[in-house]
Amino acid sequence: MVGQEFSNNRAIEVNSLNFYYGDSQALFDINIAIPRKMVTALIGPSGCGKSTFLRTLNRMNDIIDDVRLDGRIMVDGDDIYDSKMNIVTLRKKVGMVFQKSNPFPKSIFDNVAYGPRIHGTKSNSQLAEIVEKSLERSGLWEEVKDRLDDSALGLSGGQQQRLCIARALAVQPEILLMDEPASALDPRSTTKVEDLIGELKKDYTIIIVTHNMQQAARDSDHTAFFYEGRLVEYDETSNLFTNPKEKQTEDYITGRFG
Amino acid sequence: MTHNLTEKLVISGLRFATYAIVIVIGYILFDIIWHGLPVLDWRFLTEMPRRGGAEGGIFPAIVGTIYLIAGTIIIALPFGVGSAIYLSEYASRNRLTETIRLAIITLAGVPSIVFGLFGLGLFVLYFNFGPSILAGSITLACMVLPTIIVTSEEALRAVPKSFREGSLALGTTKWQAIRTNVLPYSFGGIITGAILGIGRAAGETAPILLTVAAFFLPRLPKSIFDQVMALPYHLYILATQHPDTSKVLPLQYGTALVLLILVLGLSLGAIITRSHFRRKYRW
Amino acid sequence: MFKDKAIKGVFVGMASTSIFIMLLIFVFLFKEAFPFIKHPGLSSLLDMKWVPVSFQQERFGLLPLASGTCLITMLAMLFAVPVSFFSSIYIAEVARPMEREILKPFIELLASIPSVVLGFFGLIVLAPLIKSFFGLQSGLNAISGSILLALMATPTIISVSEDAINSVPSSYKNASLALGASRVQTIFKVVVPAALPGIIAAVMLGAGRVIGETMAVLMVTGNAARITANPLESVRTMTATIAAEMGEVPFGSTHYQALFWVGIVLLVMTFSLNVFSQKILKKYGAFK
Repeated sequence: MVGQEFSNNRAIEVNSLNFYYGDSQALFDINIAIPRKMVTALIGPSGCGKSTFLRTLNRMNDIIDDVRLDGRIMVDGDDIYDSKMNIVTLRKKVGMVFQKSNPFPKSIFDNVAYGPRIHGTKSNSQLAEIVEKSLERSGLWEEVKDRLDDSALGLSGGQQQRLCIARALAVQPEILLMDEPASALDPRSTTKVEDLIGELKKDYTIIIVTHNMQQAARDSDHTAFFYEGRLVEYDETSNLFTNPKEKQTEDYITGRFG
Repeated sequence: MTHNLTEKLVISGLRFATYAIVIVIGYILFDIIWHGLPVLDWRFLTEMPRRGGAEGGIFPAIVGTIYLIAGTIIIALPFGVGSAIYLSEYASRNRLTETIRLAIITLAGVPSIVFGLFGLGLFVLYFNFGPSILAGSITLACMVLPTIIVTSEEALRAVPKSFREGSLALGTTKWQAIRTNVLPYSFGGIITGAILGIGRAAGETAPILLTVAAFFLPRLPKSIFDQVMALPYHLYILATQHPDTSKVLPLQYGTALVLLILVLGLSLGAIITRSHFRRKYRW
Repeated sequence: MFKDKAIKGVFVGMASTSIFIMLLIFVFLFKEAFPFIKHPGLSSLLDMKWVPVSFQQERFGLLPLASGTCLITMLAMLFAVPVSFFSSIYIAEVARPMEREILKPFIELLASIPSVVLGFFGLIVLAPLIKSFFGLQSGLNAISGSILLALMATPTIISVSEDAINSVPSSYKNASLALGASRVQTIFKVVVPAALPGIIAAVMLGAGRVIGETMAVLMVTGNAARITANPLESVRTMTATIAAEMGEVPFGSTHYQALFWVGIVLLVMTFSLNVFSQKILKKYGAFK
């Protein structure tokens, strides 16, 4: 039923999602529809559940012991918590970039080629093509094209984060989840990553968790405000920031807490 | 003034205790090297023993020990690394995991002679392997298993969590993530553990006493069901069971030195491996 | 997905080998020892004499062996504990970083010297020394054995206590120093009491190692199975008894079974020491 209703311009639809770590509930009755090829920002004070929510979308929470979830998350019309869902396929479709850049201690080339290799691309020319394209998309190609064989650990923090974005792009996802991708970067690198996000939304659905309200206001089309595990308000970014409907949202964006 | 004096006295006392141990260790090493070195030559290492070990070399004991430690590590390494992978990557906090941990701790504390009894009862008699390389290697493998598990688990845990998450987020299966992005970076630590395990197996006497070691056997083994001589047991025999122990004293020192070089060499190897891999992978 | 589950299954299986081995050890020790219960009966293990080979009356009393083990262990701990205690304090609190980096591996070296080599050293160097020092007929006695065992326990005790001392939060120390206490006062009144459970566990682990040690005691204690408290007399431990006699007994004989009982008692003793010290470490060891 919902499958039919699933509108073509929605990438993700979440219905009555509850999430528990052991006995403590982390998310309460979340309902949200995330539009395709736009940037959706998740904001809220630390511990509000925004990162937990993000990680339910590619089932990264599965690797933690003793977590439980009910409700439904549809990605492209498929229930991702259905027992028939293949997690590998899901995670290929829904890529993720972490808060702290996590390049593997391999060469720049091997970092980007890691995903395609695992998924069966063997030919070197094909891999080279994917690597070049991904690095170009993440705006890193010009900076690293002469040292693809150098260790990725030698890159600067901002470059490492863009490398991780390239690595995620190399498996051709449709959706990119970003967990505070710029929080550990200096202002110049932050600008670069933000510009990149603006670039990428032409082709990808992007969901970004951020602490930084200016960043949310600048970069996103929609913003969801989380507080104590609940989705308090969800609206177009311009509306939410200029005309919040909820008192809690207003308090948060005007800096009264958080 | 007096206060300061007590302070100094106490600290000197602590220092004295520490360096007393250092001096004793140094003296033991010095004594064995000093008396053992003149005996060490090519013939001592490569000749068969003669006249019940009173003359000749220790070649079959060296070969026997090498066979034993090779057998031990072939058996213990896969199980040790497999256990470590389970404990660090898969185990959730449940009763099975707790029982496994308790078993490992207990196993680590079982006296080596009890391993000997166990090996005798199970492998030599029940499985009817007889005293053999096979029975001895499995017994030693059971003994070194905890060492290998503990060091390998440490090595696996030292790999940052973000490597696993990074892989999984790219759509790898759990095993693919472990195989391509965890195991390669814990290799150094696992090898270190393996070397430590081998070192322990090489020096042990009690477990092989009842399961494999031959008193005097001046030929090389042909199969894993043969008995062998082994360095630690050979030293024990020469030092205590030989009719004329004082006459074979140089041979005892020589054997002790070879054993010491083997075991300490392995420990040193472990230390070097560890620091090499620590330098190679820094994150 | 199925493949991943199968792989996990393999690792569960491998990890369970430790449990399996532990069970097998208990099962096979009991299996070999079992017939003894019927004849001559468990009470004969309480005999005051161990005379396993005799033309008149074989006697399988574990008491002389247990008392040998106890005497040797207590003496060894008497030597090892103070020295290890002081040197772990020195290494953790006094030594300069460079010095510590050299001292630690050097003392760990001692742990990797094979016990048969230490036994050999004891036989050739230590026993004659003890003999002439005390003017005895033989240097093969409890005191020689316990000195060697003390050497073996030292690295264990030092490294576990040093860990315990290191894990005392530096805020404790700083608070004490800020109140005007001297370095030594801080060490003995603040750091050591806080690390005490860890140090006790270290001593117990060391004792476990001493009780289970075989070759060195076999070579230097003289191996007379008698009940004595005199360190200058020859004694025989449980481990040495198994090592010395197992090679010569007919399989399945009463003597053979009695030796397995010795093994069981040994196993139970070390098992309890281990579990108990782990409990202490778990309960108090973690400041982190």
